[in-house]
Amino acid sequence: MDTENLIALLVAAPLLGAAVLLCGGRRLDRVGHWIGTALAAVSFVIGLVLFTDMLGKGAEDRSLHQHLFSWIPVEGFQADVAFQLDQLSVTFVLLISGVGTLIHLYSIGYMEHDERRRRFFGYLNLFLAAMLLLVLADNYLLLYVGWEGVGLASYLLIGFWQHKPSAATAAKKAFLVNRVGDMGLSIAIMLMFTTFGTFAFEPVLEATGETSEGKLTAIGLMLLLAACGKSAQVPLQSWLGDAMEGPTPVSALIHAATMVTAGVYLIVRSGEIFNGAPDAQLAVTVVGAVTLLFGAIVGCAKDDIKKALAGSTMSQIGYMILAAGLGPIGYVFAIMHLVTHGFFKAGLFLGAGSVMHGMNDEVDMRKYGGLRKYMPVTFVTFGLGYLAIIGFPGLSGFFSKDKIIEAAFAKGGTEGWILGSVALLGAAITAYYMTRVMLLTFFGEKRWQPDAEGNAPHPHESPKSMTIPMILLAFGSVFAGGFFSVGDRFMHWLEPVTHHDHGDSPLSAATVTGATMVVLVIGVTLAWLQYGRRPVPVVAPRGSLLTRAARRDLLQDDFNHVVLVRGGEHLTRSLVYVDHTLVDGVVNGTAASVGGLSGRLRKLQNGYARSYAVSMFGGAAVLIAATLLMRAV
Amino acid sequence: MSFPLLTATAALPAVGAIATAAVPAARRTAAKWLALFFSLATLALAVVVAVRFDPDGDRYQLTESRAWIKDFGVRYELGVDGIGVALIALTALLIPFIILAGWHDADPLETKSSRWRPTQGFFALILAVEAMVIISFEATDVFLFYIFFEAMLIPMYFLIGGFGDRAHSGSDENASAQRSYAAVKFLLYNLVGGLIMLAAVIGLYVVAGNFSLQEIAEARANGSLDMATNTERLLFLGFFFAFAVKAPLWPLHTWLPNAMGEATAPVAVLITAVVDKVGTFAMLRFCLQLFPEASKWATPVILVLALVSIVYGALLAVGQRDIKRLVAYASISHFGFIILGIFAMTSQGQSGATLYMVNHGISTAALMLVAGFLISRRGSRLIADYGGVQKVAPVLAGTFLIGGLATLSLPGLAPFVSEFLVLVGTFARYPAVGIIATFGIVLAALYTLVLYQRTMTGPVKPEVASMPDLKVRELAVVAPLIALLIVLGVYPKPVTELVNPAVKHTMSDVQKKDPKPDVEAAK
Repeated sequence: MDTENLIALLVAAPLLGAAVLLCGGRRLDRVGHWIGTALAAVSFVIGLVLFTDMLGKGAEDRSLHQHLFSWIPVEGFQADVAFQLDQLSVTFVLLISGVGTLIHLYSIGYMEHDERRRRFFGYLNLFLAAMLLLVLADNYLLLYVGWEGVGLASYLLIGFWQHKPSAATAAKKAFLVNRVGDMGLSIAIMLMFTTFGTFAFEPVLEATGETSEGKLTAIGLMLLLAACGKSAQVPLQSWLGDAMEGPTPVSALIHAATMVTAGVYLIVRSGEIFNGAPDAQLAVTVVGAVTLLFGAIVGCAKDDIKKALAGSTMSQIGYMILAAGLGPIGYVFAIMHLVTHGFFKAGLFLGAGSVMHGMNDEVDMRKYGGLRKYMPVTFVTFGLGYLAIIGFPGLSGFFSKDKIIEAAFAKGGTEGWILGSVALLGAAITAYYMTRVMLLTFFGEKRWQPDAEGNAPHPHESPKSMTIPMILLAFGSVFAGGFFSVGDRFMHWLEPVTHHDHGDSPLSAATVTGATMVVLVIGVTLAWLQYGRRPVPVVAPRGSLLTRAARRDLLQDDFNHVVLVRGGEHLTRSLVYVDHTLVDGVVNGTAASVGGLSGRLRKLQNGYARSYAVSMFGGAAVLIAATLLMRAV
Repeated sequence: MSFPLLTATAALPAVGAIATAAVPAARRTAAKWLALFFSLATLALAVVVAVRFDPDGDRYQLTESRAWIKDFGVRYELGVDGIGVALIALTALLIPFIILAGWHDADPLETKSSRWRPTQGFFALILAVEAMVIISFEATDVFLFYIFFEAMLIPMYFLIGGFGDRAHSGSDENASAQRSYAAVKFLLYNLVGGLIMLAAVIGLYVVAGNFSLQEIAEARANGSLDMATNTERLLFLGFFFAFAVKAPLWPLHTWLPNAMGEATAPVAVLITAVVDKVGTFAMLRFCLQLFPEASKWATPVILVLALVSIVYGALLAVGQRDIKRLVAYASISHFGFIILGIFAMTSQGQSGATLYMVNHGISTAALMLVAGFLISRRGSRLIADYGGVQKVAPVLAGTFLIGGLATLSLPGLAPFVSEFLVLVGTFARYPAVGIIATFGIVLAALYTLVLYQRTMTGPVKPEVASMPDLKVRELAVVAPLIALLIVLGVYPKPVTELVNPAVKHTMSDVQKKDPKPDVEAAK
């Protein structure tokens, strides 16, 4: 059997799961979660089969294609439902279905008491199907289907607890902000169509040399806009923090390990376009650099454990985007960091979920403290994820982040120095805010108290179905980076797709590593001085201006609210008025004066207008009939 | 002579209308079943038309031609191209759902026996509209088309004015006054459009000497019929005005929200999903074919008006407090897309516009009919009167969401395909216009999701706490529509293959070629 025929099954399995679970009704309530988990696992196994098969082939023959059917055949326009599986997409397939399956497993326990658990698993399956479609499509329009499908699944899952107005609002906001990004993707595809006459990956990426830099820059910038939406990069980052309203497994799967990485995939996949458009690349690096600081700063100020982690996600994806903007020097490392981040961030979120599970869903870290004694497994796995993300030597994050910092310097020139320094600074802040999370949650005195109804939390370790995924992810957090880096394995694996260029670093690799270690120690020490050495107040102090701004997501939401929400409300309200009085009035008025109905139109109830209408209509009819009859006779 | 299939397809619902109207007053249920039977039989005939039509064959097929009024050159001429077939199929498909959804809309009110509701009349009028719409899609004689284009106003007038939505705020008298206003406004707008068109129709006869679409178009193409530039422009404007009222295009749109708001939900669907399509269809068939030069001359202005419709309609939809008016303004935005696609004069734009007509029909029907089920449960059209419905009626909420997602053109559902084709077809010739139109996709997400959030999510309002979920009849209406939205989103090929050759003809009518991609043009 030809292995390429398996590709469609990767998408079909979870899609079937979604259909069955969402249409199946209550009779599936008792087994729904197992169906969902099993189908996610099926995808993972097929992914493994395809991966092993690929390993057995030469580097140049590894790309597989499967053409299913012609989707939108219109004169001059050809869109197909066709898949492409190469080293880049199979990497994503394994990450998505692997982490996805673990998170399905975890959710069985986490959502045990939710009466709508079956539906939750239906949405999770839908998400997997869309995400796999996104990375397997062989053209941009089919990718778009996965792209928005992911957005839909995310909307449904963020708003899963719809009875909470905050969750419903957050879901809507996520979809809307993403739609702004989607506009970018739409326009990029249209530009490709008018430039190349096609939007399939292969012909577009092969023809980039035949068009002007201006066109490539325009396409690149539109793709970047799309990536900003999905990957929560500045200026479209505002939805990610609110997205934490969703159940925690969702935050782990969608808002840390997979969906938010789609922007990175898009840019790396479109590498040839960006390679030909240095201005667009610069924009990408700037967005990445700004976001990595933005997210890190926000992460420092949040007391909500999930929101602190969300800030961190934003920041880490900023690193990936930065790397992707560096071109062939950075593509491989962007993806490598994406994979290692997938492990440790999913692990951290699941750990956070486990903590909340044991703490009556409390999210305020100031009301945690000393939890390491109560939840040892959570503590250890979370701790390993923590060490990985701050880049502790030997763990996953150390290898992947270090490479990005190095590559940023290797860009050369002033830009290289600036980007490299920002990346280093980001590493320091990462060490600071993650240490803060760690100290507030697991160390120090216990700070929790009974709530208003007198229910004191009884922190306890979570069930096996939750801890096993955490343990497995911790393994990835520890070893993945080292495994990838031995003999530059990961680089050689991806090189045929993304190509690689070593660049010309002004600093030696050892210097960069040394500098990274120094900033790491500074960050950890600062956090310890502030949160480890002294008791932590349960109520947050007022804080500096920056802290207060960071708590409010650096005022971006306030800006949006005033300018977009308020402004929009005024606009629509005045338009409703204009439509009612002006447009309606003018058209009616013109019609009335032309038809001699002036004044009477306003008194429709009198029946005048009606009789006019009837007489007008009747008159026309009689006229026509008379003419016709006379002619006919 | 072969069996007059097209005549039969249009005549069957007409016969059904008469039969339904003739059912004795006491036997209301029998009348409903009879109407449903006729609508399904019409659907069967429409399927036969679609099967018998050969996309690669002649431009007009299944033609029928009979002399009617010899002296005046009026003939009874019918024929369909792929676009006509697609729209006849859409019409025949939607009517059974409209009838089924409106099953109880014309039942006599128990509390007020004095206000007798003629159930038979309601269903007979719907079938009458169907017959006239179908023959409008078939007529290739300009005069024949005009007659039915105008005549359908009469049954529509009674459907809007005589059978209003029972959910209204304020007193019955007030509601009845509003309903009259809506019905009269509908009639006046369309009559004025129709009268101007009548003048143009007569003008066309004076110039061309007959009414045959094919003959005139042919004479125009081979140069034997020369029109003065100004004459062509005036005639074009006369036709276009009537179609722009019906479509409706900004600023002639204000009758639609009133009509859709006051009519029952199934009638609102009849207006926007079926009747209005005659307007956009006629732009493609008559404006572009008869007056190609004038069409190109007017294109800039029409594109701007279409763009205004898209953005303005969407913004107005955001600002609505009434669910049905919101859907009406969304439709205005969507009609903007259809008109944009037609006048972008590219293959993608026109195929997209035709597909859009079909998809918009299905998606609006899905959203509006579920909205109607919702409104009939609570007795209010105001968005603010709802909240938390998904908790008590999850299936209703789910179908409402899917209808909404189709309205915002989510990829994977049918409207995405057509909307993207329109956008890309417009962008290829007018990049700036294409980009501005793309803002419509963000606004569509805004009005749809705001509507969903306010009605379906949040804490359960006490007034909706006991709301029952969808019944079997209602599910039978919604489920097939949703299935169609998915099927046509994933596999639109059957429709595009039907439509593509017709679009090719239209493109050659206006003598336009698709812009070449840069890379090819450079070679």
